Amino acid sequence: MDLILPDLGLLFWTALVFCILLFLLAKFAWKPILSAVNAREQKITEALELAEKTRSEMQALQAENDKILKEARAERDNILKEAKESANQMIEAAKSKSKLEADKIVESARHTINSEKAAAMAELKTHVAALSLEIAEKVIRGELASDEKQKALADKLVGDINMN
Amino acid sequence: MTLSNLFKSFLLVILTSLSFNAVFANEGHKEEKEFNVGEMIMHHIKDAHEWHLFGPEHGGTSIYLPVILVDGGLKTFSSSNFYHGEKDSVLAENSKDYIHYMRGTGPAEGYALFHEKIYKTEEGKLHFEDGHPHNAKPLDFSITKNVLSLFFGAILILVIMFSIAGFYKKNGAVAPKGIAKFLEPIIIMVRDDIAKANIDKHKYKKYVPYLLTIFFFIWLNNMLGLVPFLPGGANLTGNITVTFFLACCTLIVTLFSANGNYWKHIFATPGVPIPLLVIMIPIEIVGIFTKPFALMVRLFANITAGHIIILALISIIFINKNVAWGGLSVPMALFISVLELLVAFLQAFLFSMLSALFIGAAVEEAHH
Repeated sequence: MDLILPDLGLLFWTALVFCILLFLLAKFAWKPILSAVNAREQKITEALELAEKTRSEMQALQAENDKILKEARAERDNILKEAKESANQMIEAAKSKSKLEADKIVESARHTINSEKAAAMAELKTHVAALSLEIAEKVIRGELASDEKQKALADKLVGDINMN
Repeated sequence: MTLSNLFKSFLLVILTSLSFNAVFANEGHKEEKEFNVGEMIMHHIKDAHEWHLFGPEHGGTSIYLPVILVDGGLKTFSSSNFYHGEKDSVLAENSKDYIHYMRGTGPAEGYALFHEKIYKTEEGKLHFEDGHPHNAKPLDFSITKNVLSLFFGAILILVIMFSIAGFYKKNGAVAPKGIAKFLEPIIIMVRDDIAKANIDKHKYKKYVPYLLTIFFFIWLNNMLGLVPFLPGGANLTGNITVTFFLACCTLIVTLFSANGNYWKHIFATPGVPIPLLVIMIPIEIVGIFTKPFALMVRLFANITAGHIIILALISIIFINKNVAWGGLSVPMALFISVLELLVAFLQAFLFSMLSALFIGAAVEEAHH
């Protein structure tokens, strides 16, 4: 029966020991342990949050970088295209200009040649006329050197006239 | 502090606290008595004024613990004055058996020890009726086996927890090492799974120290009870007085932290018609006490049952008086011992868990 009946002495000692134990542990063990554990949990949470934040920041940065790079690439392409275009344009312009120039030169050359040619022809005509006159003079002089010849000529001319 | 250092300091504490009383007796004991399993087991699971180490029940090697009586003044003497006092026996009324008790000598003169209880003698004798003495009892505040085990358990918890606290104080909020590494998850389990899970999250912090203390007190003493030799072996948490006190603590904490909502549920349960309250109020009031009562009985019965099973299994050898039976009883006792390790933890967990549940119900705000 006394197995299930509380005993005063043991109750007294249990109460005393348990209360002292509770007081000492609460003050000198649980408080520092729990505060250290809480502090550490706080630290870990903060560190995790920071890591998460840093990662998202890194991602944002990466995205920003990518964007900038893409933009730079597009700009470069643009510039290249423009440069190519303007170069082509310049080449085209130069080409057309040079063609024009060449045409002009050719034209003027032709002009010159023509005028030169005309001048040369005119000169040649005069020369030929002069030469012809000289030759005719000479021939006529030869023809008219002797009387027979003059007579023959006259005859001939007369003959021609007669034929008409 | 390393584990081996801790162990050394335990040994030191235990040796210094016991050596003043360590009187080793080796008296010849010729009388062969029939081995009584029930008597032996009951003797082991109850409190005692000596710490029996080895040898026969009477005259073996024991540590005699101090007896402290309040009986018209404080009286202290060694319990060896009983165990080495005069043995007396009276014939029981309705049987042929003799009832044995021990009369104190020297400073214990005037007292007698019967079944580990101290009685005042009348004319040098105890007077029995139905096998129970009718003599008056002095107030007994003796350092019994359980009290000594209680001291040891408390010191053990203090040493362990102070060393963990010291670790955190020294190193700050870092990853735990050594014994802190082992016990920190359990401390966090008590905080999160027992306190936070059952008590309102704005209020639970106040109760964590109590729940931690009660958890480690029960767990450690449960395990000390499983150690079959000094400083273990006392059936402390299987003693109704200890579980009674612990249950009372939970009851007091619950009642003192109870809010209006709690009392309203007891005296004016919402949604119950007024006439029914005549029945409901007594039931609810009884309910306040049945909860800690169940706590008390559960811990007491579980731990005591564990001790009884192990002792009964070991007794198989002595009942059959053949050491070969050890082949059966030792593996079975080993199995039960391992199971008891689980039970030691489980009962500590349950006790603090249910305490937290009761406290949580008492501080819960109305949410209708």
